[in-house]
Amino acid sequence: MSDPADLSLGDLRDALKSRSVSSLEATDACLERIAKAGALNAFVTLTAERAREMAKASDEKLANGEGGPLEGVPLGIKDLFCTEGVQTTAGSNILRGFTPTYESTVTSQLWCDGAVMLGKLNMDEFAMGSSNETSYFGPVINPWRKKGGNARLAPGGSSGGSSAAVAAALCPGATATDTGGSIRQPASLTGTVGVKPTYGRVSRWGIVAFASSLDQAGPITRNVRDAAIMLRSMAGHDAKDSTSIDRPVPDYEAALGKSVKGLKIGVPKEYRLEGMPAEIEQLWSKGAEWMREAGAEIVEISLPLTKYALPVYYIVAPAEASSNLARYDGVKYGHRTKDYNDILSMYENTRAEGFGDEVKRRILIGTYVLSAGYYDAYYLRAQKVRKRIFDEFTEAFSKVDLILTPSAPSAAFAIGEKMSDPVQMYLNDVFTVTANLAGLPGASVPAGLDKDGLPLGLQLLAKPFDEETMFSGMHVLEQAAGFNAKPDAWWT
Amino acid sequence: MSIDKDTVRRVAHLARIAEPEERLAPLADELSGILGWIEQLNEVDIEGVDAMASTVDVILPMREDVLQDGPTGGGQPDKVTANAPKSDDNFFVVPKVVE
Repeated sequence: MSDPADLSLGDLRDALKSRSVSSLEATDACLERIAKAGALNAFVTLTAERAREMAKASDEKLANGEGGPLEGVPLGIKDLFCTEGVQTTAGSNILRGFTPTYESTVTSQLWCDGAVMLGKLNMDEFAMGSSNETSYFGPVINPWRKKGGNARLAPGGSSGGSSAAVAAALCPGATATDTGGSIRQPASLTGTVGVKPTYGRVSRWGIVAFASSLDQAGPITRNVRDAAIMLRSMAGHDAKDSTSIDRPVPDYEAALGKSVKGLKIGVPKEYRLEGMPAEIEQLWSKGAEWMREAGAEIVEISLPLTKYALPVYYIVAPAEASSNLARYDGVKYGHRTKDYNDILSMYENTRAEGFGDEVKRRILIGTYVLSAGYYDAYYLRAQKVRKRIFDEFTEAFSKVDLILTPSAPSAAFAIGEKMSDPVQMYLNDVFTVTANLAGLPGASVPAGLDKDGLPLGLQLLAKPFDEETMFSGMHVLEQAAGFNAKPDAWWT
Repeated sequence: MSIDKDTVRRVAHLARIAEPEERLAPLADELSGILGWIEQLNEVDIEGVDAMASTVDVILPMREDVLQDGPTGGGQPDKVTANAPKSDDNFFVVPKVVE
């Protein structure tokens, strides 16, 4: 039998059910690969013992013909999801050693459906970053390298541990979160599939909060089917998240293979950026051609406010973050400074020692735009432009069923390349951030390689709660692209 | 809008982050750069537009005013204080606040 760690999530699920492989075999195969992949720095915490216990329990259920939809499937969990009894850091020094006494809704649902936890995945600190370089635990390295080169590339961010682990086949799937593109951009940079569902589709309870009106969890997997399987287990209403929406979770897998004939696919002309590599533009046209060949109609649309989405985001997200991160004060959990003489210096020194530079920068921006005298000029204005962007999408989706764009403005870039200029780093999310502002579902599908042999992704956006049509479109792109390239395993 | 050192000092204090004196000028430059880029929002016509705080168009749900079961319920002070850097008898311990 071949190595079970090579199986996709869907294939592994089927093999487990037919008992041609055991969960313990699959789990051990993943753990063995993770042990050899230290150079990628994808995992922050390994839970090998717990994984093997969960796998054994799954094997017993499977032997009795029982088990949930993910029974025995080992998964990686982004270190933003609280896991009971297992350190949860959000990639930050301020939460080092924090061991939740409760389990996030998403991970509870995954364990309830039979999944096995391999460990916690590295990420940008508090999910703030597009390259996984802001993590207190050091950068994650992209399994992909340029053809003939050995420079270390970024796996995207903030879900860089998730994207790298899945791309390197350390696990068949991983949880991730997306506030401005943190699922879709890393998926694009690593040749994996990433899905950000509609805001409200997946419970945020027990996920360390960054920007509450934008945060949404989703899967990163090796193919579209795997993402459909995983999202079904992650999604659903949760009374503990007041923004969670109570509507049934469809069988997303059933949407795969459904024809896109007659669907209208919008191609927004404003996503054609100056200075964008020609290869990305060509791939985008190819994507439109694939959809047309599958019977869809391509419609040029206009979203003129696109260029204002990132500036809106860099007011709204830091504002919400400055409020959410006020809880890290050295009192309730996490780091407390040793250097203080009163409560104020305890707060100030704890936070100075606990937060990294990018997190501090965003807290300061957020505090500034919410402060007296600036609130109307920045925060209120941003919320109004956000409404106009939302309306623009509502209008566009009255004419089209899906929107097709590139996922990211570039392929994977070198570690260190964009760290010196925050605005350059922020531009990574130029194509993804609009979906967060408007609450729409979006997904990245690997569609080709650039001249350096690095993966490039295409993004599909859909109407709120129409993930099914999005999955049908993703499947068409996947089939047409026939993307099956894999990185050379240089890290073993 | 460019931010000066004094503004950074004031905002850092509001945010309860100790910033050493030598970091104030570089931070003022960084934040001015980001806010300068954000200024382009002034080009957008927002006359008569409502501010949007959430894309979820629902009234926040109400629940029965009773103690919940599970992790959001009461009666588990040991769990609540389990991760405190300093606690005593299920209380959080902080430096003296009132003289």
